[in-house]
Amino acid sequence: MQRSILLPVATRYLMPLILTFSIFLLIRGHNEVGGGFVGGLVASSALMLYGIAVSPQDLRRKLPVEPYILVGTGLLISLSSGILPVLYGLPYMTGIWIKTPIPVFGKIGTPLLFDLGVYFLVIGVIMWILLTLAED
Amino acid sequence: MTLLINSILAGFGLTLLIPILHRYFKSKTGLVLSLYPLIVFVQLLILAAQVKESGYLTSYLHWIPSLGLNLTYKLDGLGLMMALLISGIGALVIFYGSEYLHGHSHLLRFYSVLILFMSSMLGLVISDNALLLFLFWELTSISSFLLIGFEHQKYSARAAAWQALLVTGLGGLALLAGIVLLGQISNSFEISRWISQSGQIISNPMASAALILILLGAMTKSAQFPFHFWLPNAMEAPTPVSAYLHSATMVKAGVFLLARLSPVYAQHPWWTPILSVVGLVTLTTSVILALAQTDLKKLLAYTTIAALGMITFLLGFAFPLAIKSAMVYLFSHALYKGALFLVAGGIDHATGSRDIRILGNLAKALPLTTIAACLATLSMMGIPPLIGFISKELVYESTLEISNYPGFITGLVLLANIIIVAVGGWVGITPFWKKTTHDLHPHEGSIHFWAPPLILAIISILVGIAPQPVNDYLINPSVRSVLTSDYKTKLALWHGLTPMLLLSIVTIIMGFALFALHKVIFPFSHRVITQLGYIGPSALYQHSLKALLSFATIQTRFFQNGYLRLYAMTIILSTIGLSALTFFTRVGTFSVDFGNPPRFYDVILIGIIIIAAVLVTRAQSRLATIALLGSIGFSIALIFLLYSAPDLAMVQFAIETLSVILFVLIIYRLPKYSQLSTRVTRGIDLIIALTGGILMTVLMLLISTHGSDSRLAQYFVENSEKLAFGRNVVNVILVDFRALDTLGEITVLAIAAIGVFSLIKFTRDKDERNPS
Repeated sequence: MQRSILLPVATRYLMPLILTFSIFLLIRGHNEVGGGFVGGLVASSALMLYGIAVSPQDLRRKLPVEPYILVGTGLLISLSSGILPVLYGLPYMTGIWIKTPIPVFGKIGTPLLFDLGVYFLVIGVIMWILLTLAED
Repeated sequence: MTLLINSILAGFGLTLLIPILHRYFKSKTGLVLSLYPLIVFVQLLILAAQVKESGYLTSYLHWIPSLGLNLTYKLDGLGLMMALLISGIGALVIFYGSEYLHGHSHLLRFYSVLILFMSSMLGLVISDNALLLFLFWELTSISSFLLIGFEHQKYSARAAAWQALLVTGLGGLALLAGIVLLGQISNSFEISRWISQSGQIISNPMASAALILILLGAMTKSAQFPFHFWLPNAMEAPTPVSAYLHSATMVKAGVFLLARLSPVYAQHPWWTPILSVVGLVTLTTSVILALAQTDLKKLLAYTTIAALGMITFLLGFAFPLAIKSAMVYLFSHALYKGALFLVAGGIDHATGSRDIRILGNLAKALPLTTIAACLATLSMMGIPPLIGFISKELVYESTLEISNYPGFITGLVLLANIIIVAVGGWVGITPFWKKTTHDLHPHEGSIHFWAPPLILAIISILVGIAPQPVNDYLINPSVRSVLTSDYKTKLALWHGLTPMLLLSIVTIIMGFALFALHKVIFPFSHRVITQLGYIGPSALYQHSLKALLSFATIQTRFFQNGYLRLYAMTIILSTIGLSALTFFTRVGTFSVDFGNPPRFYDVILIGIIIIAAVLVTRAQSRLATIALLGSIGFSIALIFLLYSAPDLAMVQFAIETLSVILFVLIIYRLPKYSQLSTRVTRGIDLIIALTGGILMTVLMLLISTHGSDSRLAQYFVENSEKLAFGRNVVNVILVDFRALDTLGEITVLAIAAIGVFSLIKFTRDKDERNPS
């Protein structure tokens, strides 16, 4: 069967767009619809689009790190976002916020860091499972 | 104090950094890592003066105040003495282990777990919050498990690790229950609070239950009869681990806990009887069992149990002199036993054997190890001027002071001490001076092998000659934390001609006689004890473990039968059963409000869902099934959108997309659809599915009609922006209000991913190995 040229070409433009959109979802999640979980799902679907359009092997090569490292990093980020306040003498997982808003991000605080961990973890988990299945 | 706690807790971070450190320091990693306990050790020395002055230092930090779990630390005399032993011996053990396991493929793992243990053990001895203490307690059990099973290729090591974990783990559960009970009696988990409310606590009827549970925890950890059997088996661990965990520190956690809670419970009518009987039984059983051993490490292990029994019964009697001798015994035992274990490891390394029937003639080949071994043995035997002598004199002085049966108890202790002297001789003298015909080709190891035991042995002799500083800075403050009042007495080698001196002389003479008679006694004791082994607690453990495993096999075969349809059926049926039960017993009559009439879009979407659901059951190909399920999913997402739940809708869309991708990836490896079930089973399935569906519908209607009593939703909506600075309530709940739940969930996700990966990977590897 001839491989469609349409999908790979479309993917080349779509993937960065969707990935950017997923980061957008992650950042705005605290105030508007979105969040780390959805962001991670969206990012994974962008990556999987590439995996289907080109090949899973190519996708793995394109990924800067192995999926399981993403999983571990995500967990660590979420965990340490809770430890950060402990260093300031507050109970574990107290939200710490920088009061002055930063452009683009708005107010940032440890919950955003937590969400970032969720984002990485979700991408890592899905990539890990799907790539393992796809390469089999 | 804060600095000390931070340095101790830094150890947990350090365990993660070890691979990176190794990249830079290569074979010097061990040296670098031993800086960690050294730093803690030095800080403890600096704080010792303050502890002596003020009795204790504290530090407090909220952790989960709503659960009563706070980071309350208290460094008192008892904690200080334990912490000094842990960090001091810890530094030596890392130094020793770096050479002992040199070139071992899992050396880094050894370091990580050892540092993990060290931090947990240090945390344990300075915790004032009982829940925090429990947390560290369990961490020490887990690190002990990992270290016993270090040579995990060996079945015996795995079995021993498992046994230690099961025994101490069960004890840990009992301890937790005891702590929770005490927490409920006193409304606090702070041990210092318990101590100040001691009278109130022990008059509560639940306090006796709590006492038994806590004692179970302490006795399993400290290998007291009838839980003693795990400790000799734990000798499967590498020798530095045996020296450190299973002699000098971790097994002391049990007696440490007893000492910690002594101010709470010492007045309880059960305290003295239970502890003294358990301690004395442990002491006598273990020394008798030691007679049947020929392995250096096993000999040392049984005498370690004996020492723990000795400390337990001394703590049980709880009068000032007994407490004092318990503390001195704990201190001196850690020094000489740690040294002797390290010597045993050195002998093993030099000759490849630990059997006292084979070993001999090592004095010339291993001069420095010999000196260390002899000094430590002299301390173990209780020969002046070593600290062991002082501690033995104190023990005799205490037993003579006991009000009930002093003669009987002194007799038992005398017997135990005689055997301990003999064992000391077999371990510390036989391998070096006995003539042997075996050709062992021994060679002295590097400084890593002889320096650590030599340092411990030299401390034993220094402390023996000049006991005052240790007495002032460690022993007396520890006694004070156990008694909660001052009891200052001097330590001295020479007391004049006392009954204790006489007993000591008898002990040493009889002990040496026993030592010389090894060839005569051993065959007999070995035969008797092997026979006893068939009925001992260890056999009971084996039988119950076997029974447990076969029960697990039966119930696993029943529930984990491997058929996905049966799993689904079990889940649905039990949900239906349980909800129906609640439904008929709790809910009488109810009305259902169907709300507004459905809109045009609702009707269309619901129509699609129903049609697709019916078609799914009739679909002939997997592709059709996936497409139909997908259309159901997307319709549900649209419904979410219509009812203004964009968050849910988005997640649903993304999940549906990814599941379709997942299906596409695996579809070609699944077999074609074929109908295997009969009409009857399909009929039953239909009924179950319909019942499940109806149940869910009714429940949903009920909830939407009556609402829930919970004020949580309202609270979250009101406080989302006020407290958590976010307008998206759903997300704020996920990452802030209930972030701990989310953390749990993402951990589950990660574990699931590991599961999927290993399932696929390992079945694939197996297929590749035996292509069918």
